[in-house]
Amino acid sequence: MARYRCGECGFVYDEAEGCEHEGFPPGTAWADIPDDWACPDCAVVEKPEFDRLDDTTVEH
Amino acid sequence: MEALSIEQARDYDHKRYLWPMGFGIILLIGALTSVGLYAGMTLFLFSAPLITYGVIPLMDWLIGKDSANPPEEALAALESDPYYRWLTYIYVGIELVFFAFLAYVVGTFQLSWLEWFGLTWTTGILTGVSINTAHELGHKKPRLERWLAMIALAPVAYGHFYVEHNKGHHRRVATPQDPASARMGESFWRFLPRTMVLSVASAWRIEKERLARKGKCAFSSDNEVLQAWAMTAVLWFALMAAFGTQLLPFLVLQAFLGASLLEAVNYVEHYGLLRRKMDNGRFERVQPAHSWNNDHIVTNVFLFHLQRHSDHHAHPTRRYQALRHFDDAPELPTGYAGMILLAYVPWLWFRVMDPRVVRHYRGDIRRANLQPGREEKLLARYPAADAAGEG
Repeated sequence: MARYRCGECGFVYDEAEGCEHEGFPPGTAWADIPDDWACPDCAVVEKPEFDRLDDTTVEH
Repeated sequence: MEALSIEQARDYDHKRYLWPMGFGIILLIGALTSVGLYAGMTLFLFSAPLITYGVIPLMDWLIGKDSANPPEEALAALESDPYYRWLTYIYVGIELVFFAFLAYVVGTFQLSWLEWFGLTWTTGILTGVSINTAHELGHKKPRLERWLAMIALAPVAYGHFYVEHNKGHHRRVATPQDPASARMGESFWRFLPRTMVLSVASAWRIEKERLARKGKCAFSSDNEVLQAWAMTAVLWFALMAAFGTQLLPFLVLQAFLGASLLEAVNYVEHYGLLRRKMDNGRFERVQPAHSWNNDHIVTNVFLFHLQRHSDHHAHPTRRYQALRHFDDAPELPTGYAGMILLAYVPWLWFRVMDPRVVRHYRGDIRRANLQPGREEKLLARYPAADAAGEG
């Protein structure tokens, strides 16, 4: 399970948690999220530009 | 670079003690309206339009600009200072109280049609300017602020803005697909019906797609557009139950006037600006070059720094007190309050703004967002030949 972070506002998509509000149930793989989906908080960053977090990354 | 404390960061905000004017002006208009009502001075019932279209543009001109930016190391502290967000919460409370007061007056007083119209216009300015506060709140992540945004939009019946603005306008800004970005050669009076109708359609489509991913139909109680409209329905019905059904024309007209005020600001914000299309068919990321800015102090205080619009589009979740001015971003000749006056008079607007768009694109308006059907006329007037091939 990987996590992906919006480089603009810091929103994190966690595959384990999904994002219920956006219609992605827990366990939804990043690959299954459409490419034209944008950060639900700032809408500046689209899926292809999200940064993958490795397990050691600590969010600020 | 070491981050500053909240106390240290305060000193960098020159407007710190002016921000309460955001709701202070509502109290002032409330006082003027009451005087007009009880002393029988009809002119005072027009205090909101007189202030918005007269006093504020004049004060912008007299008082001038403040382009000071907080340094990078002060931004985090400024953003976390609760003082600023409390001002926006208080604003919403005052908006609702004044709105209810105006509904009470219109519903229960014997008014001449002129008095009725003055109060309705004043209400429309109140609820229209409140869309700006809802805008500031609706971009924030905390649940409370998103709720307050929807509540602030209830009187003006513009709740779909909460969805469309964040997820529609911000993604498509300065592209021909955005109903809230005005095109060069498009008058405000053409823009108004286009943006009003297509923004509702866009909000609905955004929610429909989101709900489809959840396996729900668009007519679900989860639909945030419906939730926001339901708030309006509850509020309007409660007021009509309290003060009579003759309120309905007042409610409808003030909502239309309020929404038109917001759309006039939308018209100004991105007029003629266009993002470049990249080779993969997508538009380049939003840059400071894609919004019109202004640093006149008075309008900036009343609109919570909305006119630092380039930084807002670069960082939509950033709080108003931390927004910065860019020297190289497109700049308007005066504040939004004065610019919307110009927008109402298309020939004057085109005369002032079209040359600015031309200059911004270094003479090549083929790079601008042009009104379909007017390209030839515009190109004949502002030939791009000399500038051809420029980056």
